[in-house]
Amino acid sequence: MKMKKLIAQSYLWILLIMLYSPILIIAIFSFTEAKVLGNWTGFSTKLYTSLFTSGSHHSLMSAIQNTLIIAVLAAIFSTILGTIAAIGIHNLRGRRKAMMNTLNNIPMLNPDIITGISLFLLFVSLGITQGFTTVILAHITFCTPYVVLCVMPRLLQMNPNIYEAALDLGATPAQAMRKVILPELKSGMISGFIMAFTLSIDDFAVTLFTKGTEGLETLSTYIYADARKGGLTPELRPLSTIIFVTVLILLIVINVRSERNRKRVENL
Amino acid sequence: MKWLAKIFTKRSNWSIPYFIFLLIFVVLPLVLIFIYAFQNNDGEFSLTNFTKFFSSPQDANTFVYSIGIAIITTLLCLLLGYPAAYILSNKSLCRSQVMVLLFILPMWINILVRTLATVALFDFIRVPLGQGALIFGMVYNFLPFMIYPIYNTMAKMDHSYIEAAQDLGANPVTVFRKVVIPLSMPGVMSGIMMVFMPTISTFAIAELLTMNTIKLFGTTIQENINNGMWNYGAVLSLIMLVFILAMEVFSDKKEEASANDGGLI
Amino acid sequence: MTEQKSDFIIELNHISKSFKDKCVLDDVSISVKRGEFVTILGPSGCGKTTLLRLLAGFGNADEGEIRINGEDITNTPPHKRPVNTVFQRYALFPYLNVYDNIAFGLKLQKVQEDEIDMRVRKALKMVGMIDYEWRDINSLSGGQQQRVAIARAIVNRPQVLLLDEPLAALDLKMRKDMQMELKEMHKNLGITFIYVTHDQEEALTLSDTIVVMSEGTVQQIGTPMDIYNEPKNSFVADFIGESNILNGIMIKDKLVSFLGHEFECVDSGFGENAPVDVVIRPEDVYIMNNTDAAMFTGVVKSCIFKGVHYEITVLTENGYEILIQDYNAFEVESEVGLIIKPSDIHVMEKERTCNTLEGKMLDKTHVEILDTSFLCDEIEGIEGGEKVKVEVAFDKIDLMDNEEDGNLLGDVRFILYKGDHYHLTVRTETGENIYVDTHDVWDNRDLVSVRIQPEDLKITLL
Repeated sequence: MKMKKLIAQSYLWILLIMLYSPILIIAIFSFTEAKVLGNWTGFSTKLYTSLFTSGSHHSLMSAIQNTLIIAVLAAIFSTILGTIAAIGIHNLRGRRKAMMNTLNNIPMLNPDIITGISLFLLFVSLGITQGFTTVILAHITFCTPYVVLCVMPRLLQMNPNIYEAALDLGATPAQAMRKVILPELKSGMISGFIMAFTLSIDDFAVTLFTKGTEGLETLSTYIYADARKGGLTPELRPLSTIIFVTVLILLIVINVRSERNRKRVENL
Repeated sequence: MKWLAKIFTKRSNWSIPYFIFLLIFVVLPLVLIFIYAFQNNDGEFSLTNFTKFFSSPQDANTFVYSIGIAIITTLLCLLLGYPAAYILSNKSLCRSQVMVLLFILPMWINILVRTLATVALFDFIRVPLGQGALIFGMVYNFLPFMIYPIYNTMAKMDHSYIEAAQDLGANPVTVFRKVVIPLSMPGVMSGIMMVFMPTISTFAIAELLTMNTIKLFGTTIQENINNGMWNYGAVLSLIMLVFILAMEVFSDKKEEASANDGGLI
Repeated sequence: MTEQKSDFIIELNHISKSFKDKCVLDDVSISVKRGEFVTILGPSGCGKTTLLRLLAGFGNADEGEIRINGEDITNTPPHKRPVNTVFQRYALFPYLNVYDNIAFGLKLQKVQEDEIDMRVRKALKMVGMIDYEWRDINSLSGGQQQRVAIARAIVNRPQVLLLDEPLAALDLKMRKDMQMELKEMHKNLGITFIYVTHDQEEALTLSDTIVVMSEGTVQQIGTPMDIYNEPKNSFVADFIGESNILNGIMIKDKLVSFLGHEFECVDSGFGENAPVDVVIRPEDVYIMNNTDAAMFTGVVKSCIFKGVHYEITVLTENGYEILIQDYNAFEVESEVGLIIKPSDIHVMEKERTCNTLEGKMLDKTHVEILDTSFLCDEIEGIEGGEKVKVEVAFDKIDLMDNEEDGNLLGDVRFILYKGDHYHLTVRTETGENIYVDTHDVWDNRDLVSVRIQPEDLKITLL
């Protein structure tokens, strides 16, 4: 048994080392100045400082800014749209419900490239100039289904009578919605928002096809363009490291919190 | 405005805005791919772009090659990921929740950042960029997407099935073969889909990992659209769409056959 | 020691098991004769399922040994034990059809194909599921799945069949039918059944022997008749059937006092003036409108029709409430006469007459019991730091709603109505039990705060 556990554990660690070695290399070489990765020219935090000072890499900073703005806006809109839609779909019956569910599944099953091209063709045929707005619309398109998916289980778990109970106690439908339904859906909406936010940040293909030619860049498209030019901007190294550490901390915090909640529930 | 308020007192009508949204941004665009595919460059109905695809061996070859790469990548991910998912979900082998976290963490990092890091690693250890780098890079990238769904199914697996098998005389190896594997099939199926789909349609990852020396089908589509060949690009997209649709129908059938375990709970 | 073939097919000797710090089984010993139908009965959380799982081989006992057929199997893995289990929620493999589920064990034993076929069909016939062999598991109803689960277990011809609340998920009508079928099956198969349930009626109907468990310990082992008629303690009396449990004093042999009267009885050997618990089954109290010939009288407080009989609550002249079952209705508020025959009075030794706790003097006026400091009266000759015995009468412990009002928290685990008051078992935070007499109504699992007045702590040196 001991032996088996040892083998299992070492297998996991080998995989982890394999998974993390790229990002570790990047992180290590983010602390040196060399233009080409692999050359160690002594410890330096210059890349970090130059990442945050506007200068020759101003375009990188603005790409990051764009990515975040687009992600926040897309997440807000798709959370609102998705929550309303989920309530609607939840109250549909029969064929209509099945149809809405199928429609909702399409953007999730479509590969990014198809979503991107199809939206590109849409905007082109409608004669809409592509840019910031079209990117956000595109992001809402592929984010909303996930919000619906996050909110739906909450609606299913919800006691169907609590809305009626609120009405019975004298609440108007609007009050019942605000004071009873929304609090119940809150956790689903939050996870939907987070999901939409990360999907939007991660997106590359859809953005590429809908960003137009006005020079709008997000982080993904910036890296892509940069890599195609052949030179990997050295500032991407500290940036990747920061992204990695941020995600790591976020996930650990979330995990610790949910673990604590779980323990509290168990103790009751 | 009163009529509007009236419509929205019925809660099933709350799906209408999203329905309209879906029609404009999901259905209509897909229809447009279809329309563009059946038009020539002058906007008339024509099959020229289809004949172009089937008569140009280069693009058809790229298509087949992409499928091949995607299959290899998916198989490698399954081979590496399944044991990992099993170990992670097995309490006697791995107790730490942090381990699981470490395996799904890469899913949350921008895929281009990760690809970039992979390229940097290959550069660093002097692995030449090319087909080998492409496959290994994609396995790096997509392994978590294989592990996570399988782990999820296994972690949720009702332990009484395993006990029932032991009770009926199955030794640990048999339990694994006859209970754990069949019960984890839904997770395996969705893992396969989660890896296969992006690998078949990717273009940026391949370009980065091969320094643009190997062309995948996604790249072909993207280049055509980029160069203004929208109709031909639409044809290529349609071909990929049909292929993926077929895959999904196939995997749905499989999943239905193996995922009927919800009945009791 | 000489090897001898045991009379018992199963012997559990001094089994103890804890999960983390929680003791689930505490020195449990049970012996089962070949071919018996044994039911392990107890409320949820009493350790009965854990015991069954130890028998099946899922998990190991911390202490004690398990023997099947005289052979020590304490550390044998489940797949090598000659037992098969019918799981609580069946655990039928969803990806296999009925036939393959039943054939699972036989295929593992590499039984010949045609014998498998024969045995599966025989098992299907036994559970009345012929023609279902190719059906999908999920297309079956709960009752049908139940039958398949039984067939899957018995097809392997185990020496012992373990059943873990197999009927719990079925509706009442189906449950009754299945009970009969199980009993029939037991007769036909001739193998030993170990059956776990929390349903006392089921246990009384099915078993040759009942093992009553509570809080990880065996309370009583006996035939259904024994357990019903001669419960060993108030827990068993309360858990099996309906009963009036009352405080009494055994004045001398064959004379007991309770309900404020003296009654003749058939029990003896308790000594003189010994406090006892008295159990009277509701159907054993004779009730009549005529009060002249009665041993004592009371006033009808309620009379509810229960189908076959009426359930009548009577408040006796001395202020005790007792439950009576009778075929006749009695008018509410009418005066009735009551008779209890000597042979229907069941006297049990009291497990305890007051709370006895071990503690330590913190200083002259503080004593630590149950890991909590209590204020106490100063006692000559006892200094701080000494170990002491603390006795507290049941009715001197106050229970309160408000957390701040008492010294320590606990929750109500077991409630016994004693005619004019409740006798509660309260589990404190530290996991110890204290016993409380109260007139207040509490519910199971209520969180309570415990307070004891300083003068009610009787402290003596250990």
